[in-house]
Amino acid sequence: MSDTLAVSTPGEQAAAPEGRQPAAQRRALVDVVVRLARYKPLGFAGGLVVLVLLFVGIFANFLAPYGFNDMSLAQRLSAPSAAHLLGTDNTGRDVLSRIIYGARISMTVGLAGAAIHVVMGFLIGATTGFYGGKLDMVIQRIVDGIQAFPTLVLYLTVMSVVGQGLLPLVLVLGLSSSIYGSRTIRSAVLGVKENTYIHAAVAMGATRGRMLVKHVLPNVVPVLIIEFTLAVGRMILAEAMLSFLGFGVPPPFPSWGGMLSNSGQRYMLQAPWMALWPGVALALAVFSINMLGDALRDILDPRLRSTMV
Amino acid sequence: MAAYVIRRIILLIPTMLVVTVVVFLSVRFIPGNVVDMMIAQMGSSGGVTQATRQRLEQALGLNVPLPIQYARWMGFAPGANGHFQGLLEGNLGTSLQSGQSVATLLVQRLPVSLELALIALVTAILTAIPIGIYSAIRQDTARDYAGRSVSIFFISVPSFWLGTMIMVYPAIWWRWSPSLEYIPLIKNFQGNLLQFLIPGFLLGMALGGTLMRMMRTMMLEVLRQDYVKTAWAKGLNERRVINRHVVKNALIPVVTIVGIVLPIVLGGTVIIEQIFDLPGLGLLLFQALNFRDYPLISGINLFLAAILIVSNLVVDISYAWLDPRIQYK
Repeated sequence: MSDTLAVSTPGEQAAAPEGRQPAAQRRALVDVVVRLARYKPLGFAGGLVVLVLLFVGIFANFLAPYGFNDMSLAQRLSAPSAAHLLGTDNTGRDVLSRIIYGARISMTVGLAGAAIHVVMGFLIGATTGFYGGKLDMVIQRIVDGIQAFPTLVLYLTVMSVVGQGLLPLVLVLGLSSSIYGSRTIRSAVLGVKENTYIHAAVAMGATRGRMLVKHVLPNVVPVLIIEFTLAVGRMILAEAMLSFLGFGVPPPFPSWGGMLSNSGQRYMLQAPWMALWPGVALALAVFSINMLGDALRDILDPRLRSTMV
Repeated sequence: MAAYVIRRIILLIPTMLVVTVVVFLSVRFIPGNVVDMMIAQMGSSGGVTQATRQRLEQALGLNVPLPIQYARWMGFAPGANGHFQGLLEGNLGTSLQSGQSVATLLVQRLPVSLELALIALVTAILTAIPIGIYSAIRQDTARDYAGRSVSIFFISVPSFWLGTMIMVYPAIWWRWSPSLEYIPLIKNFQGNLLQFLIPGFLLGMALGGTLMRMMRTMMLEVLRQDYVKTAWAKGLNERRVINRHVVKNALIPVVTIVGIVLPIVLGGTVIIEQIFDLPGLGLLLFQALNFRDYPLISGINLFLAAILIVSNLVVDISYAWLDPRIQYK
């Protein structure tokens, strides 16, 4: 592909600064989607799978043949059949239905967690990067300290302290990972800060808050989009791991990771489908999101622009 | 160089302080009373005496104000018995569950996690570096896409699920399953290695995926350098250009990823050790979390954080030493 296809600058495409026409925003979005479909077929396919999962999650009530907690002891541990396409678990719950409802949990945790990750990551990363000085120094040392913990270990410890549940999970995952992510966003902001238009804004007497919102934010939006997409995948995986270890979403709610734990392991020899399918769903979801994130990075990240040619 | 190393070591002090504060507070800021929760968890049927409560509060050092607790825990201030018994004196406390000293438990469990991490690292390096190099020199061809898809696949497939599958299907198909009884290295070298191979590989997979991407990116960056163009222009063959000029330079930043991937390995051991029932630090942490053994949880967290901090320092210093362009400011 040639450079002529990418005429607009990355800041313009994805980020429409305030006051811009909605039509231009729509065109920018369409532009990204078209380029994704044309040059990154795998990433585009990943995006489609993510949309399907989102759809499944939203309309789980209508799509699932059974409720996620409909037990029927007569049907327990039955192999996949016409009535239960993916079999049933040790309490006779339909595995397919639980996977469908599980998409709702995964998507909720993924999207909400990633949203917190990006918003908080921007607040921490942008303010420290933009203001610099002592504040930056102090906050960066705190970030260092928190980054010193292996992610999963930090999540596990905090979850054991806070207690299981969907809301605590989303908050813990989103907030802790925003601390890790703030570094990436900070360095992006440091890059933007050196541009002439920032100096121009300073010369015009713009306040720092105004510059942050009007000039810095729109120009780091591509970085934020990539961070968001990749964070969705990480959140889904982290939720599954925590639920697997018994520190995530409490039963009877159907988390893909939770379905693999306790009962999935105890009955695995009699009913391998209990552990097989939730894992397939999980791997597919994370793989698709990562493919999408990777493709978006190639398209949006100005530093990688040259490698696309 | 010496000044750089000294500066880095001085910068460790605030980081370590933050780490101790985080570890300290994570146990103390539990909603509700820790002691109540622990007593509830112990499931004592009505027989909760004031003595149990006091013993627990004393064991956790909760009977004094927060700053004093921290000072005592750190070893800045003398404990209740007038002795300095904190971190600075090398005292990590005693486990509530087993009554053993936390330090002893850590030393006991470390070799298992270390062996797992080592196998994982070797697996990751051996798969990731060649594929990453190949992917980069064949950029945007079908083979590059295949390589990149493999790396994303490695990152995406949850190791705990693959681990479970390895426990399930071979057992159903061939009646074979990995040994669930820990074989110490000293007792049976071969048996131990065989036992660690599968969990080690699984742990190495996610790592390998990350490594592969980094190797590819670094290669692409170096491939665009002027000195590489010069090498081509001199008429050197591909093997020589790639090996002598590109790979050598691309590998330097990849050294730093050992520091970046270490958290993945250390976090991953918690899950892998749980699935394969290997008595390492991860399993110890998992058991401690389930028992709410707070001194032990704090000890493991501190220990893991310290390992990470020190290894990051070593990596940064070796990076500065390997790459002559880096200025040690």
